[in-house]
Amino acid sequence: MTVTTPAVRADAVGKVFPTKTGEVTALTDVQLDVAPGEFVSLIGPSGCGKSTLLRLIADLDAPTSGTLEIFGKPAAKARHDQDYGIAFQQAGLLPWRTVGENIGLPLEIHGKDKRQRADRVAELAELVGLTDFVDSHPDQLSGGMQQRVAIARSLAEQPRLLLMDEPFGALDEMTREYLQSELTRIAAETHAAVVFVTHSIPEAVFLSDRVVVMSPRPGRITEIVDVGLPDERDEQLREAPEYYDGVTAVREALHGTTTARPNER
Amino acid sequence: MRGAKGLGWGILGVLSLILLWEGYKLVGPAEGVVVGDDGSAGSGTILLPRTHERAMPHVWDMAARLFESTSGGDSPPLIVSVANAALLTLGIAALGLVIGVTVGMALGLVMQRWRLAEWGLLPWIIVSQTVPLIAFAPVINSIGNQIDRGGTPWPQWLSVAVIASYLAFFPVAVGALRGLESPDRIHLDLMKSYAAGYRTTLLKLRLPASVPHLLPALRLGAANAVLGVVVAEVSIGMRGGLGRMLIQLAGQASGDPAAPWGPIFGSVVLGLIAAGSIAVLGVGLKKYRRGEASA
Repeated sequence: MTVTTPAVRADAVGKVFPTKTGEVTALTDVQLDVAPGEFVSLIGPSGCGKSTLLRLIADLDAPTSGTLEIFGKPAAKARHDQDYGIAFQQAGLLPWRTVGENIGLPLEIHGKDKRQRADRVAELAELVGLTDFVDSHPDQLSGGMQQRVAIARSLAEQPRLLLMDEPFGALDEMTREYLQSELTRIAAETHAAVVFVTHSIPEAVFLSDRVVVMSPRPGRITEIVDVGLPDERDEQLREAPEYYDGVTAVREALHGTTTARPNER
Repeated sequence: MRGAKGLGWGILGVLSLILLWEGYKLVGPAEGVVVGDDGSAGSGTILLPRTHERAMPHVWDMAARLFESTSGGDSPPLIVSVANAALLTLGIAALGLVIGVTVGMALGLVMQRWRLAEWGLLPWIIVSQTVPLIAFAPVINSIGNQIDRGGTPWPQWLSVAVIASYLAFFPVAVGALRGLESPDRIHLDLMKSYAAGYRTTLLKLRLPASVPHLLPALRLGAANAVLGVVVAEVSIGMRGGLGRMLIQLAGQASGDPAAPWGPIFGSVVLGLIAAGSIAVLGVGLKKYRRGEASA
């Protein structure tokens, strides 16, 4: 078997933010490989640098130390090549654009012609189940539907890597579970690797192949839990003992490391 | 339906204004109420304004005056003279607005692009508005005259337009800056993740996002331009426009008290036209105003 280039390779990555009162170490010595097609969640209490790590991978911020490669390229090059798609906690749709125009925004910016764009938008709208809403405006959609538009938009350029920063964080539990199932289906269909930031243990376990557990001050990876669930994720899995084992494993990894927990109370 | 309701409220507003005017005229003392009067003209503090014919002509007299000859003899009805003057003033105001919007947008763009420019320019832009137009107009006029004498034709109306633009650019510059800076962090991150440059981000994100901030700024700018032209006409003595006409008729008001109300009504109509044209523009840009409370 040939050695495949990892989707993400972080080697000794650190990030220090200068502030008025001195420097704050947001991340230190992050070592992480994400294989192509793998679903990896980043979990940890606030301040553990999970969102910072995602922003570094996306080249929205630059690391202060270490090297970060996306499909063997520097992160900046990967961003320019549109190797990844990204979704945030807020859908971040442009209110003056219809659903279809929002999904097609990256294609429009990259100069795809109208016909290709329309075809791709129709395809994506169907993938996220919003075909009937392509001509609606974001303010006419529920929060869950808006987030589906954002996911469709992140898939527009057929990226091999999806970066998601708590995309379901602001949704109600029912919508959340529904979109989790949808996301595992979409990830399987598109064969994209996913780096998924969350603070929900069940969500991380349900979605991921591996869960990266992080802790704050300074932000670092403390443990990587191999979930070891089957590739097929469905609603029955939420009742399965293996799933509970995974939840327990991640919870123990989190609590074993959150030494600062009493201070936060 | 909503339009009819709006019109109803508008008419009600005008009617109550007329009622207030005529009502006070009916009950108010002819010489008003003045305290601390020592007998000389203009002394004392006026508590209630005078209501006699010279000070407060009847509304119907004002209306009737519009259809009488402007200055006796063969001169056209007042309303025709007012309309002609208003057209000239409107034209100059439109030019002033165009100059003001151009300058204001340019300043907004520069200040948004470079933080340093914002720090350097914004205080001056705000200070600029504290200079009274009356003080500033003659300066522009004399610069214009010098240019004209230097060989490049510089008609007086161009000076008036420049003075008007001085009032119009301010809200546009401030509104443009606020609007261009209004996109959320997440939208800017998104554009960055698409490897979009400054131009693309400006066209796809910043300009559309600035529309809800720009429209009120333009409305202010348009109203300011009309006001600026009227004041500038007076202060540099340009003939033909509403401002000059207003001063002229006001000078003869003791003999013809209803006449100055002609150009006053004319400038009210101009203000409505200015605000209305921006409202029409707003309808055209409706899709960029989604989520905004409908006004």
